[in-house]
Amino acid sequence: MSVLVYTENWDGKFKKISHELVSYASKVAEMVNTTATVLSIGDVEEDELKSLGERGASKIISVRDEKLKVLDNRVYAGVISEIAQREGATVIVIANNNSGKALAPRLSVKLKAGIGACVNRLPLNVEPFTVYKKVFSGNAFAHIVLKSEIKIITLAQNSFDLIKTPNNAVIEEAGSVVESSFVTTEVKDVQKQTNQLLLTDAEIVVSGGRGMKSPDNWGPIEELAQLLGAATACSRPVSDEGWRPHGEHTGQTGKIIAPNLYIAVGISGAIQHLAGVSSSKCIVAINTDKDAPIFEAANYGIVGDAFKVLPQLIEAVKEMKS
Amino acid sequence: MKILVCISNVPDTTTKVKFTENNTQLDTTDIQWVINPWDELSLTRALELKDDTSTGVTSVTVAHVGLAGSEPTIRKALAIGADDAIRINGEPVEAFYVAAQLAEVIKNDQFDIIMTGIESSDYNGSTVGGMLAEFLGIASVSAVSDLSISKGKPVITREIDGGKEVLSVPTPLAVTVQKGIAKEPRIASMRGIMMARSKPIKISEPVNVDPLTRYVQFEMPRARTECKYIDPEDPKQLIALLQNEAKVI
Repeated sequence: MSVLVYTENWDGKFKKISHELVSYASKVAEMVNTTATVLSIGDVEEDELKSLGERGASKIISVRDEKLKVLDNRVYAGVISEIAQREGATVIVIANNNSGKALAPRLSVKLKAGIGACVNRLPLNVEPFTVYKKVFSGNAFAHIVLKSEIKIITLAQNSFDLIKTPNNAVIEEAGSVVESSFVTTEVKDVQKQTNQLLLTDAEIVVSGGRGMKSPDNWGPIEELAQLLGAATACSRPVSDEGWRPHGEHTGQTGKIIAPNLYIAVGISGAIQHLAGVSSSKCIVAINTDKDAPIFEAANYGIVGDAFKVLPQLIEAVKEMKS
Repeated sequence: MKILVCISNVPDTTTKVKFTENNTQLDTTDIQWVINPWDELSLTRALELKDDTSTGVTSVTVAHVGLAGSEPTIRKALAIGADDAIRINGEPVEAFYVAAQLAEVIKNDQFDIIMTGIESSDYNGSTVGGMLAEFLGIASVSAVSDLSISKGKPVITREIDGGKEVLSVPTPLAVTVQKGIAKEPRIASMRGIMMARSKPIKISEPVNVDPLTRYVQFEMPRARTECKYIDPEDPKQLIALLQNEAKVI
């Protein structure tokens, strides 16, 4: 019996989400009276693997195989399910990110395991195994019982605090489990911006909407973001107009994020936009319209002109930092 | 090349969601049902590929798991341009059930490309596409923001952290698509609406499948704490509050 947590790596390194996943899995393991085992696929150094032991994992399985260099969902699901069965996993924890969302459903069918997708807290109960999640794009919540013997949980990013435990983790190198003929996903080209803070990883996000009037006015937003170590985001009309890159579009059909702080400047707060940011721990709204729906979702608000407010906020952050 | 587009029937985004039976069931009175927005974009892309005769796509079929009440949504998909439809007459209680039903009906149909939306706007599961691929034993690619066909082979753009990958994956293949797959949903023309009436909808009864999950209870969100307003003449107070009160910077 065990709780198996799968984490990917980024050029051989784990990110905060990996530590969140292991922390979460360790707590779930306590709830079901077992231990947490990590599965890592890829070329990750021993020190990096061992670091997850601080989050309560008792074993870290490392699978290295050239054939697994590219994420081929069918093949990865095969590897994860084989290890899950070998370890007697009754719960599998995966990130609710692009790769997790691709793998969880395949694992579900392979293992006849019910999925609780995009969960942001520990299970409410273990008998029956009940998880809690947003539905209707955040307009409601649901209690879902996973009836199957094996359960899969995909965890929302930035929803679980890291834990610190003594590190007694044992590292196990697992042999190659892949048939090369099975790998059919071939990469032709990659376009990636390295060294850029990802919107989905950012703890602080500064976001602009149509109230900014023109793409030429984004300077203060970028400056504020830079001072706060934040990522920048935007509303859908702004990305549709081409004022900002599509990757910045936050909302129901764009990115769903859950930063510690979300600053919305000149954004009215349409329901589709809020669906993308409602899990933020703290929302700040700056808008000239006191009736803008964004104020109903915000913790702090300034009814005022962004072009006057932003420079003053920038000054205040500079002072705070000095 | 035959494309299958899976569609689900969801409440319109502006619907005020509420529950009945002691918060255990969705209250369906007053709901306007629409095609799941991602599925609409998915269908649009499939039709664009069919319109381009160089791709070799000859037909676009839509498949849906739902009761007779879904017919208008299916007719709309036909009106937009799908050639024919399959409806499995079961209640779509959860993703595994839906995927199992779809797999059972289409397993011998040999579709080259199966398209699903990255999630449905009701239960936000993101799961049917991958499940269906696993049932059928075929490759799947997710977070797909572009699908093209070059020399008879799919060329797929997949979103990754910080960028994108362009992949070549042979058919048969399932793609789970997201924003970017089509610019805007195609709209049904008058002619399309007329023609939809005579396009075939094959109806199958569901097979016995035990769902793996069960929705037991719903809750409305708790009201967020009141917004604290800061004087626009003195916005610097906000930084102090964020630092000392909210402790987020």
